[in-house]
Amino acid sequence: MPEKKRRSVAAYFQVLPTWMVLGCFFLLPLVIMLVISFGQRGTYGGLKPIADLGAYFGSGEFLANYRRSIEPLYLSIYWRSLWMAIVTTVLCLVVSYPIAYYIAVVVPVRFKNLFLGLVVIPFWTSFLIRTYAWMLILRTEGLLNTVLLATGVVDQPLNLLYTDFAVMIGLVYGELPFMILPLYASLEKLDLSLLEASLDLGANKVATFFRVTVPLTMPGIVAGIILVFIPSIGQFVVSDLLGGAKSILAGNLIQNQFAVARNKPFGSAIAFELTAVVLILLLAYAMYTKRKGQEVLL
Amino acid sequence: MSTPADAPRVELVARNVGRLAPVPRPARPVSWERRLLGWHSLLVYLFLYIPIVILILYSFNRSKQTAAWEGLTLDWYLRLFHNDLILRAVKNSLIVAVITTVVATVIGTLAALALARGSFRGKGATQAALYLPIIIPEIVVGAALVTFFGVAQMRLSLTTVVIAHVAFCISYVAIVVRARLAGFDRSLEEAASDLGAGPWDTFRRVTLPIILPGIVAGALLVFTLSIDDYVITSFVAGVGATTLPIQIYSMLKVGVTPEVNAVSTLLLLLTVVLIVIAQRLQQDPTAQGGIKK
Repeated sequence: MPEKKRRSVAAYFQVLPTWMVLGCFFLLPLVIMLVISFGQRGTYGGLKPIADLGAYFGSGEFLANYRRSIEPLYLSIYWRSLWMAIVTTVLCLVVSYPIAYYIAVVVPVRFKNLFLGLVVIPFWTSFLIRTYAWMLILRTEGLLNTVLLATGVVDQPLNLLYTDFAVMIGLVYGELPFMILPLYASLEKLDLSLLEASLDLGANKVATFFRVTVPLTMPGIVAGIILVFIPSIGQFVVSDLLGGAKSILAGNLIQNQFAVARNKPFGSAIAFELTAVVLILLLAYAMYTKRKGQEVLL
Repeated sequence: MSTPADAPRVELVARNVGRLAPVPRPARPVSWERRLLGWHSLLVYLFLYIPIVILILYSFNRSKQTAAWEGLTLDWYLRLFHNDLILRAVKNSLIVAVITTVVATVIGTLAALALARGSFRGKGATQAALYLPIIIPEIVVGAALVTFFGVAQMRLSLTTVVIAHVAFCISYVAIVVRARLAGFDRSLEEAASDLGAGPWDTFRRVTLPIILPGIVAGALLVFTLSIDDYVITSFVAGVGATTLPIQIYSMLKVGVTPEVNAVSTLLLLLTVVLIVIAQRLQQDPTAQGGIKK
């Protein structure tokens, strides 16, 4: 057998187990979930049998879950999720840009990796536990209230935990490095002489920042936005632990349909809508990087 | 790319950033802007570390309810060893993590070997399939798997947890090992086969020793991922298949207890240690690997 063909055959054997696992336990489940999202919940939480398949599809009944998912009640949940994800992303950007700039431009070369490492290390720990740590700080008898009371800033403990404020802190805390790292990557490549040229030509520092620095680091900004926004819109742990009863987000809605309401078809429909949003964003990002010729970060 | 699989996700992003060689910048006078940037950065670092430090400190705090410090104690750690629920959860988590690590590492390494060598039909599709578990939100993966297990009439148990973990961990191994293979000098393999070694001998005695650090790094990453995972596991773990994160979560929903602080601190330490080792192994692909120039 020629060498090239032998290698090719070997490659098939090597990727076979991967395809078996991903095919059976990843792609197939997704397909099944898609099919089930067109079905209806039966009496006992299973699937309702369909008597007449032709009529079911002809009458448009198969889209019932998707139609239900855009009822005002659910739309308001998506709207909240979207809003929370946008605010999280903007906060991350505002907080991350200065520190990314600091590490890329101000910190001496030999300390850069240390400073970057310090950003990454907290994220080696369990997300669950990091979120829990905020419960310790924000709860009524928690650290923040203890400090505020002791210093006399407030005379009654503040209600911090189980609010949108707590969810926002949890989200920003969980996503920060995914903004800092791509921003750093862009700022590291920034040619400072361009900034000097801009200043020499009479632009002030603010104009230089918004008209030279920001456009030049746009690939990092876009990558950061994508990396932060996508997980923010699908999460449910932070809102479940730190948010109040009213802090239901799209992720909680999906989880609830599977774990509590036992309405898998409806839950599947929302899960697919979420997946569609994520894939559209990634596609838009892929097109952006292709146009810009910048490396995709993930 | 969904939230709780942070460690590997950070790894993937950091890996890309790490490829950049830091640019030396000319020294400049310290202006007020730079000082402001410095202060801002300090605040961000405090924001990142304070919650973790608080958690660790509280795990040694004698006080059960308040945030006030009432003296040092190891009671909460000792109590863990008498908490049957936690012990069982730890046992389950270890069983799942060990099996997942072995299976996912073998499968992922094989895929990486195939992907790193030349082209074959379906290579693009394989790469795309491997990226899917990283891209698709974990909650969707969990929901799809529990739906599938329902249709396949598989009872939710530790087995379904292992299956789920293997399915989303293969990708991470494949990516890490492939990165290692990218810096691999193929002429070494050719030399071995020219000198008469068969394909298996070449693999075992040349390729494997060189990529071993990458494989171990991938395995450690998978172990961390598996032992930390809450979202997917919460969907596919049945009654009696409670893993440690599930146990911690249910304790959190009831209320904050010092025991949770203690068990969280231990889990935190374990994951950081494992990833530090994984990191070291991944550094400088040419310097390690048992072949001296």
